Amino acid sequence: MDPTTLKYTPTHEWVHLDGDVATVGISKFAVDQLTDLIVIDLPKVGASLTKGKPFGEVESVKAVSDLYAPLAGEVVEVNQAVTGDVQILAEDPYTKGWLVKVKVTDASLVAALLDYAAYQAKVADEAH
Amino acid sequence: MAGDELLKTPLHDWHHAHKGRIVEFGGWSMPVQYSTIIEEHNAVRQRVGLFDISHMGRLKFEGPDALPWLEKVTTNQVAKLAPGQIQYSLILNETGGILDDILVYHRTDGFAVVCNASNRLKVVAQFEKYRDGFDARLIDQTFDTAMIAVQGPAALATVQRHFDEPLTDVRYYRCVSGTFLGTPALVSRTGYTGEDGFELIVPKERAVEAWEALLDAGRVFGILPIGLGARDTLRFEAAMPLHGHEMSEAVGPYQAGLGWAVKPKKGDFVGRNALQPSKSASGPIRVGLMLEGKRIAREGSAVKRDGIVIGTVTSGTFSPTLGKSLAMASVPQDASLADLPLTVDVRGHEEAARIVPLPFYRRATTVPSA
Repeated sequence: MDPTTLKYTPTHEWVHLDGDVATVGISKFAVDQLTDLIVIDLPKVGASLTKGKPFGEVESVKAVSDLYAPLAGEVVEVNQAVTGDVQILAEDPYTKGWLVKVKVTDASLVAALLDYAAYQAKVADEAH
Repeated sequence: MAGDELLKTPLHDWHHAHKGRIVEFGGWSMPVQYSTIIEEHNAVRQRVGLFDISHMGRLKFEGPDALPWLEKVTTNQVAKLAPGQIQYSLILNETGGILDDILVYHRTDGFAVVCNASNRLKVVAQFEKYRDGFDARLIDQTFDTAMIAVQGPAALATVQRHFDEPLTDVRYYRCVSGTFLGTPALVSRTGYTGEDGFELIVPKERAVEAWEALLDAGRVFGILPIGLGARDTLRFEAAMPLHGHEMSEAVGPYQAGLGWAVKPKKGDFVGRNALQPSKSASGPIRVGLMLEGKRIAREGSAVKRDGIVIGTVTSGTFSPTLGKSLAMASVPQDASLADLPLTVDVRGHEEAARIVPLPFYRRATTVPSA
């Protein structure tokens, strides 16, 4: 995925919408902030996501971080390669490191997420 | 605590300028990592790493009664130290709990103590409380000096480049006074990583110069600056205890596996009367755990046998060298536990674990010790 075409949450998840299915991942900024990824916990196919609520967690040497659902919907696919080897996420957060695919309840809500420029501005703020 | 109340070492600005991620630790503003914890950890195991440990307390003792004063407050036998020799020791409170773990140095110019940054003021207060009319003085040299650790297989070569005394002659837990880059320095063959290495104490005005000279000397070996994150994973693999985790004022030496640093026969010292006799003690002990999965069993996680809580994790991490999730835990002294499947409650997940011997990691070659 080209990161400039994605939408983002303030909590560093990215979204790519295709029809009513959203592919969700976390940004390179998030991966670089975490460093030392050890393992990731993702939901099962069929799980129901609530916008803004944790849908999984990623553990690094220093801490455990929640993954927050950018949109409400049902999980239709989970990236088993990443659950098997979280380094795939560390190395390629925008393509091979996608996390889940979600059939979203309301695709129109994607437009309200941050675009690339807005997300970059937020990140610039955070990185002091 | 507001940011500007944190103490800063003489190297603080260097860390900040070199991408050190600064966090609060023991009242000090310290770098937790510069690149990644695993990369820094591996640099020390395979090559050499540089640590700013200036936050640790450095206390000097002077006067005719410095020795008996130290004997009174510490658990190990100070009188056994030859000049140039160092010992690991504990300071206990009156109920036999561990107030701090320290190194006691018998330097050529007298005795000195290095203690944990977070406990420095408590340690000073304890010495003052048990001054008992001893004709001696305690001088806190922490803010006049810097302390730098150089650890790893290439540590000796890195330090030797600018140090005028031959380091191959300095055995483990020995120290020597000399000149580093024209600066008076005390160099000890000590460390908190399980690798060969040295710790240097220099005047604070020469700290940055010494640090940069060490980086320069170590460049050919692939030296990296190392933050507190990797400092913790390194000491953990070597099963070295950390105050606040494996020991605290609520934990006695035998429970922490540190009975060897306690010498009741040397005479009276603070906490001696409160100690349980070690041979008949049936209290908890420290063990190593290896988890099957990758989740990290962090401090405070419950250790269970058949679903019943029997103990607690004191430290846990992902071990870069072993590639496994490991933990140290306090469990009952029960030999049968070694053969039983245990579980650790990690955030509600019951993770399979088993007891493994400590240390988790021991380096291939060791230096002859004092």
